[in-house]
Amino acid sequence: MYKIIEKRALAPQIFLMDIEAPRVAKSAKPGQFVIIKMDEKGERIPLTISDYDIKRGTVTIVVQTIGCSTKEMENYEVGDSFLDFVGPLGQASELMSESIEELKNKKIIFIAGGLGTAPVYPQVKWLNEQGVKADVIIGAKAEEYVIMEEEMKSVAGNVYPCTDDGSYGYKGLVTNKLKDLVQNEGKKYDLVIAIGPMIMMKFVCKLTEELGITTIVSMNPIMVDGTGMCGACRLTVDGETKFACVDGPEFDGHKVNFEEAMRRQTMYKTQEVPKNEGIKPGCGLGGTK
Amino acid sequence: MSKMNRVKIAEQEPKIRATNFEEVCLGYTEDEAVEEAARCLNCKNPKCVTKCPVAIDIPGFIQHVKNREFEEAVKVIAKYSALPAVCGRVCPQETQCESKCILGIKGEAVAIGKLERFVGDYSRVHNVDISQTKSKNGKKVAVIGSGPAGLTCAGDLAKDGYDVTIFEALHEAGGVLVYGIPEFRLPKGTVVKHEVENVIKLGVKIETNVIVGRTVTINQLMEEEDFVAVFIGSGAGLPMFMGIPGENLNGVFSANEYLTRNNLMKAYKEGYRTPIRTGSKVAVVGGGNVAMDAVRTAVRLGAEGHIVYRRSESELPARAEEVHHAKEEGVIMDLLVNPIEILGDDAGNVIGMNCIKMELGEPDASGRRRPIAIKGSEFVIDVDTVIMSLGTSPNPLIASTTEGLEINKWKCIVAEDETGLTSKKNVYAGGDAVSGAATVILAMEAGKKAAKAINEMLAN
Repeated sequence: MYKIIEKRALAPQIFLMDIEAPRVAKSAKPGQFVIIKMDEKGERIPLTISDYDIKRGTVTIVVQTIGCSTKEMENYEVGDSFLDFVGPLGQASELMSESIEELKNKKIIFIAGGLGTAPVYPQVKWLNEQGVKADVIIGAKAEEYVIMEEEMKSVAGNVYPCTDDGSYGYKGLVTNKLKDLVQNEGKKYDLVIAIGPMIMMKFVCKLTEELGITTIVSMNPIMVDGTGMCGACRLTVDGETKFACVDGPEFDGHKVNFEEAMRRQTMYKTQEVPKNEGIKPGCGLGGTK
Repeated sequence: MSKMNRVKIAEQEPKIRATNFEEVCLGYTEDEAVEEAARCLNCKNPKCVTKCPVAIDIPGFIQHVKNREFEEAVKVIAKYSALPAVCGRVCPQETQCESKCILGIKGEAVAIGKLERFVGDYSRVHNVDISQTKSKNGKKVAVIGSGPAGLTCAGDLAKDGYDVTIFEALHEAGGVLVYGIPEFRLPKGTVVKHEVENVIKLGVKIETNVIVGRTVTINQLMEEEDFVAVFIGSGAGLPMFMGIPGENLNGVFSANEYLTRNNLMKAYKEGYRTPIRTGSKVAVVGGGNVAMDAVRTAVRLGAEGHIVYRRSESELPARAEEVHHAKEEGVIMDLLVNPIEILGDDAGNVIGMNCIKMELGEPDASGRRRPIAIKGSEFVIDVDTVIMSLGTSPNPLIASTTEGLEINKWKCIVAEDETGLTSKKNVYAGGDAVSGAATVILAMEAGKKAAKAINEMLAN
């Protein structure tokens, strides 16, 4: 059993949890993820690691309630436990395999969309520990959905919040902000790392291809085991089939087939409980008969 | 009934069982088992034993069954096998023990598998204690993977007094016994759980949710956690795809995904949250046991099931009993057929599969006649779900994170035949991780041999 040590609301429908999992905390690296199965009847859901603390033996996850399981997860409180918590899964961020000298010569900007801000944080934090200050664009639909801005500011160079409705920071999409920084403010970037909804990552890649900036994305397809044994998470990258759980989740964004990935994400849509409808008993159900 | 024929065994009616996940074969009653056991000639030089990978004293346990000494029969098998209720159900007996039974020459071989299953089930129902172990020697051995190879190796080492911990990546122990083989062939809550519990009763610890190579490495286990030897029984769980166009359409699955959703995650059961997409017409590509399991699962979820296989019926690698059961349940066999493209609609959903007809040519290196495409014979099978069951290969994760562990070109771990010793000191391996996808009993044999070798190495 994996105990919840801390729980905190970050925004409407977004909450953070520190989970006691010493083995995972000890091995976790930025860019990796975990799979949680809440109870006996639960499904296995992948969540990116947002932070980890070897001394406390905890791993931090940030969750947005978008369906049956995440909604149920919101009912768990400090002191409760999850039945299964496995990880760290996937490859560590590619940044970690580069030499520190090379990284220091690079201008890096992260683009975090919504919940994607959480997995961006450990990477920016890690870079900061190596003496590299990266810029970060945080995108959200409105002010109350901007998360982890303070934490981010403490480890990043410039932090640029953007909101769709202009209630906070720059008014507009993250792609507009990046364009503005490069074309109007004369900023130069060698590397963009985008983490967020697939549609956002797709449009970031479209823009950076025009701007000629190498772009890494963290893909979030449907997963079951997360260890490479089923291929549910398969993607086409540069014309080849890859399993996001073992080959990724990070890939060269300019080589990812986003149309296919977005289509595969909707595979079980009819079986998921629509937003705001509450949890029905057995919303997984047996098959589509 | 003539002595030449085996005692009939009760099965669920095909029409009924095709709508449920209950076990198909109901097993022998005590009287039936005694009657079947009485057919055994108790050969002086039993050929059946030579074809059992773990060399169970087959006439020995059968004579006990014949004499109604069921507990004695349990103890005879326990000397050789930790999973009789499993192996009695899933071994391909027609190519192993039963293939050499003298009675099989003129009539039907003794139903060795069904009798083994009876004994295994008897042991569970009557709680026969087989947990005797030698006194603890304080030496720690790590076993990676809780499938048949790992369970067997761990059980044997625990009997010899070792302090054994199994590390399992999934949330439940059993490997292919829990995620791969369906409930209707191998009940999980009773049979598999009990055989795993038997291993735990021997003092073996099982840590689930630990992925060796990610959560912890072999070097860490040996250097930081004082394990003096390691056995790798991580299997061959990486699914293969054909590489044909349309394979990433919505509605194309690996058999591993389809079966994992259903067996491990219990998608077929009310109240469990993992969804499964069944479709109304399902094609399973392949002809092995996994293909049969997948297609029979699809039938039970309400679909019309097809097996699409590029060779003919006599080359089907699946167990004869499963092929027979599949046909009884209404599975349609599209033989000598090979897919060349999966077709989708504008939304990316599968709407059909373009196939080509095949004929058999000369035997290839493996001795099987090679299938050759017949030019111009393309046709479309109208299906909305495709399940690829083309075999699996070992997951490279452990090898790629363990320095000095040699693998071959098929990504299988290189290990000595007799001992399972790898290129790395005090690290052993066995089962599908070494051989590539094979059978439960061969994995058990490898686990047994490695346990013996580890014991000999550590005793000195």
